[in-house]
Amino acid sequence: MNLLEWLNLLLTDYTLRTVALGAATLGVTSGALGTFAMLRRQSLLGDAMSHAALPGVIIAFMLTGSKSPEVLMGGAAVAGILGTLTLIVITRYSRIKEDSALGIVLSVFFGFGLMLLTFLQRNPDARQAGLSTFLFGQAATLLERDVWVMGIFGGGALLLMLIFWKEFKLLSFDRDFGASLGLPMVMLDVLLTTLLVVAIVIGLQAVGVVLMSAMVVAPAAAARQWTNRLGLMALLAAIFGAMSGVGGAMISSTGEGLSTGPVVVLVASGIVIVSLFLAPNRGLVWSAWRRQKNRRQLRVETVLYDMYRLAQQHDDWDYPHEVAVLQAMNLNQGGVRNSLRKLAERGLVTEKGNGLWSLTQSGWEQAMNLFKKGGSA
Amino acid sequence: MAKPKPIEVTDLTVAYHEKPVLWDIDLTVPESTLMAIVGPNGAGKTTLIKSILGLLKPAAGRVLIYGKPYHEQRHLVGYVPQRGSVDWDFPTSVLDVVMMGRYGQLGWFRRPGKKERELAMAALDKVGMAPFAERQISQLSGGQQQRTFLARALVQDAQIYFMDEPFQGVDATTERAIVTLLKELRAAGKTVVAVHHDLQTVMEYFDWVTLLNVRCIDSGPVGNVFTEDKLRQTYGGRIAFLKEQQTVVDGGLTAVTPEAKS
Repeated sequence: MNLLEWLNLLLTDYTLRTVALGAATLGVTSGALGTFAMLRRQSLLGDAMSHAALPGVIIAFMLTGSKSPEVLMGGAAVAGILGTLTLIVITRYSRIKEDSALGIVLSVFFGFGLMLLTFLQRNPDARQAGLSTFLFGQAATLLERDVWVMGIFGGGALLLMLIFWKEFKLLSFDRDFGASLGLPMVMLDVLLTTLLVVAIVIGLQAVGVVLMSAMVVAPAAAARQWTNRLGLMALLAAIFGAMSGVGGAMISSTGEGLSTGPVVVLVASGIVIVSLFLAPNRGLVWSAWRRQKNRRQLRVETVLYDMYRLAQQHDDWDYPHEVAVLQAMNLNQGGVRNSLRKLAERGLVTEKGNGLWSLTQSGWEQAMNLFKKGGSA
Repeated sequence: MAKPKPIEVTDLTVAYHEKPVLWDIDLTVPESTLMAIVGPNGAGKTTLIKSILGLLKPAAGRVLIYGKPYHEQRHLVGYVPQRGSVDWDFPTSVLDVVMMGRYGQLGWFRRPGKKERELAMAALDKVGMAPFAERQISQLSGGQQQRTFLARALVQDAQIYFMDEPFQGVDATTERAIVTLLKELRAAGKTVVAVHHDLQTVMEYFDWVTLLNVRCIDSGPVGNVFTEDKLRQTYGGRIAFLKEQQTVVDGGLTAVTPEAKS
């Protein structure tokens, strides 16, 4: 299927359109709120929350027998918040550090959820069918009604994020200073964490509890590479989130029985890898290139400086020297001829024939300046 | 009734896990003074500032700012936290950080606008950072970071400033800029309380000093309080580093040498 056919299908096929809208909603919400989670070093908290949500989903179903999105998302949210509270209690009242506490909450809640799920599946009752899609996600199961609920909660979370934007920024950057201004930092923390729970919960059906945290971490991490402004970072993370969500949902829905979660993660990882390497300034390719440029510059300057020292010894600034001498001074590391050519282009040295090189007037002056700067070191 | 003092601390006690970090602190700071808090590591200097600011809940004691509890007088107080307490790779600009000093006055739902921008630029100009306003904060040197934090406190337009180690790891230019700023603040009738580490410069930069080591050893004008005897009490056996240098006490008359001390 080529891209055009695919787009056509997206616009005309009702099911696919629903799935894409749902995936975009969850991607935008988790991407934007993931920005704050990442900057507050809470990426792993998202992982614990999503895993902790599983028993909530199952218990909500067991209590009500309903699989409507409000009920299951409600159960997930309660369990997610309960998991977060457990985490806070463990770190505050015991000597267990946060990373271990995260591990405990994640595995205990998730394990309990899995146990309940297995228990339900042994039951011949067919109504529980489909609950296991909450593990790895199945975007194709999204109905229009689900997408409405996701949109309302996701939109609400994003709206609150915009309303309290400056307070959340201060909370993330300098909490103590915010508290000294009299802002209720604890309340803001609770609110922002709750919004993160909402962002995670609305994605669980489509992406699954196991991999949902990737939608919190990956878009934000990729966005950070491209910008130094918080607002732009959140916007980019939302776009990357939507791209991963929609891409993953489309690929998994058109493929045969593919779970959505793993595909979403693959798409998101692709975006992260590209950003990690290619982003200007922070990208690895960029910084390697910059390092290379510095090294070349240094090599050229070293040759100029060596020629200056030779000229000083001869008390004659345009005394010609053989390349071999310069190569020896450069510890035979190579690149001397190249550097000489570069210097000649800038009019700092000239070739006198027979492989003999000498400084020009301006080369002499420039080397003298370099020497003065380096001489103090 | 006499005019209330800028800062009055009575019986302040703070404990972490039942271990006292600050014990029964009484402290009064008069108006228009520059006061240094001096003491060894773990003496509770940062804790003292944070509990005056209500960032930590004391086990006991009372703090009055111009005669009233802190939460009523917040607008009179500016705060410069330790430079190392935040992530300087946060995606934001110098100007943006300085405008954060106005968030308290701005109130909910309002974004910083033209007025905040102007106030922030004026404060940046005062600390010599105006040319760096649009710079990403991860590109600042330690001294520039410190000056950014000072500018953020200046836009608070406070009467009392609490500064946690403003001289920590800054270059000579920044140090001079901060000293000038402190003197300007004092001349404008403001009170500054700063955690300070360099005993060499206490006499030169400050006019009051509090010697702290869990308890308040002494507090008052530098001339009376910053003496070798009291420093020894504050630092206990750890005063050895003083022997290497000359410590000036009593208004610069006595030079302490290793011989004189032993």
